[in-house]
Amino acid sequence: MSVVPVAEIERVFRAEYGRAVAVLTRVLGGIDLAEDAVQEAFTAATLHWPSDGLPPSPAGWIITTARNRAIDHLRREASRDDRHAQAALIHVRDEPIEEGPVRDERLRLIFTCCHPALSRPAQVALTLRLLGGLTTTEIARAFLVPEPTMAQRLVRAKSKIRDANIPYHVPREAELPDRLRAVLAVVYLIFNEGYTASSGERLIREDLCAEAVRLGRLLAELMPDEPEVLGLLALMLLAESRRGARTTAGGDLVRLADQDRGRWDRDLVREGQAIVRDCLRRDRPGPYQIQAAINAVHSDAATAESTDWTQIVQLYDQLLVYDPNPVVALHRAVAVAEVDGPETALALVDSLAGDLDSYHLLHAIRGELLHRLGRDPEAATAYQSALTRTTNTAERSHLTRTLTSLPAPN
Amino acid sequence: MTRYLLSIYQPDGPPPGPEIMDQVDRDLRELNGQMKAAGAWVFTGPLHPADSATVVQRRGGEVVMTDGPYLEGKEHVGGFWIIDAVDLDEALEWGTKANRAIGLPIEVRPFAGPPTS
Repeated sequence: MSVVPVAEIERVFRAEYGRAVAVLTRVLGGIDLAEDAVQEAFTAATLHWPSDGLPPSPAGWIITTARNRAIDHLRREASRDDRHAQAALIHVRDEPIEEGPVRDERLRLIFTCCHPALSRPAQVALTLRLLGGLTTTEIARAFLVPEPTMAQRLVRAKSKIRDANIPYHVPREAELPDRLRAVLAVVYLIFNEGYTASSGERLIREDLCAEAVRLGRLLAELMPDEPEVLGLLALMLLAESRRGARTTAGGDLVRLADQDRGRWDRDLVREGQAIVRDCLRRDRPGPYQIQAAINAVHSDAATAESTDWTQIVQLYDQLLVYDPNPVVALHRAVAVAEVDGPETALALVDSLAGDLDSYHLLHAIRGELLHRLGRDPEAATAYQSALTRTTNTAERSHLTRTLTSLPAPN
Repeated sequence: MTRYLLSIYQPDGPPPGPEIMDQVDRDLRELNGQMKAAGAWVFTGPLHPADSATVVQRRGGEVVMTDGPYLEGKEHVGGFWIIDAVDLDEALEWGTKANRAIGLPIEVRPFAGPPTS
């Protein structure tokens, strides 16, 4: 009898949760009501689908069930003179379920979650909760925050949306560029948190990357004419393509130059590169597109030695125009080392030391350049400085290995 | 419609001279006119400096008055608007215009209670 495995229901949950919450938020006029209704509908699905089979449109089934449950619930409350419930019922009657392209629904929800009146941590948590369907527990563990803290953060953010009447709509043309920047920043932050985990459990972190890529794909589908949306997706895909080669079986970090390029995911590389080419044709560059292009140049090189570093330096020059920050300048210096030699690069890195003294990567890069210049005692000191500035296990063990591989002083 | 309080956070001390204040006054009159024309304006309240305030509280069953504002600080609310807006975005637009007119931070805060019609 049982035809629908639990895994299939979970897949539907992952794929459709955000859409269902988005539609129900509009229909019911409130996020809390929508979440409760959608969760009830999925609970009902786990009861009915295994015996009844998967409905022809699982998403439609979830949305209709959620709507009906919410209406039942509101009727009960309304009959007890609950004026909020009465108001919500009137709202439901006025809101048709099938109206306009569904794609707009999730887009509205994204812009609400990433509204500038909410703090960045609140934006991130809401986006993962409402669009990704991650549980509070999962989000708390991914960001190494105690669960009650994360629960509190979500409750507070949702209360603010309701009390301050943060709108549930796609921003107007004039506001769109700023608002979109915030959305992209949230997605990229989720990706980076998973990719360069500042510490903590690896598996959950990889889930964050997958979730960010999924959000990136969704944005690209919803806003296909925004080149920076495509740029961010390409950037994440190209970074993600190297995941398998980035760490050893033991979890140690492998630098780009030392990675086994045969282990790069060719499908992701192809997809990322195709998007980068598409962006080039559109000729409306921006920081995400340029970073994607830098990654595409790396992906083009069959070996580390055949990397077109001159082009990478040029791309970093372009990136600095959009994003003149010392971390970008530091990465540019790494490329300069391959074009003009370590001496020139070291001077650039040293000029950034004032701004980036607390950043472990600056010291690790200095160490590497000093080592290439044959100045090993200084290199050792630089690696030591890097070690005292990071708590990430993989990075620490990589630095320790590099340090011990240096010829002993004396 | 939601009702919002727009508070102006003003540094303590003497206000700028007429070369600045005259322009601010003109900009504020213009802004109030815009708010009224848009149907957003409910009330405006410019305030005397915070050191003109008196705090009333109860200590051990006795009412005690203290001279000066309740909170110590370098800035205090120097005036406010009450406005109606369809949503926070619209309220923030008025907040942005107020900030532009006065050059001081504006806090936008929703009123509790049912929405105004």
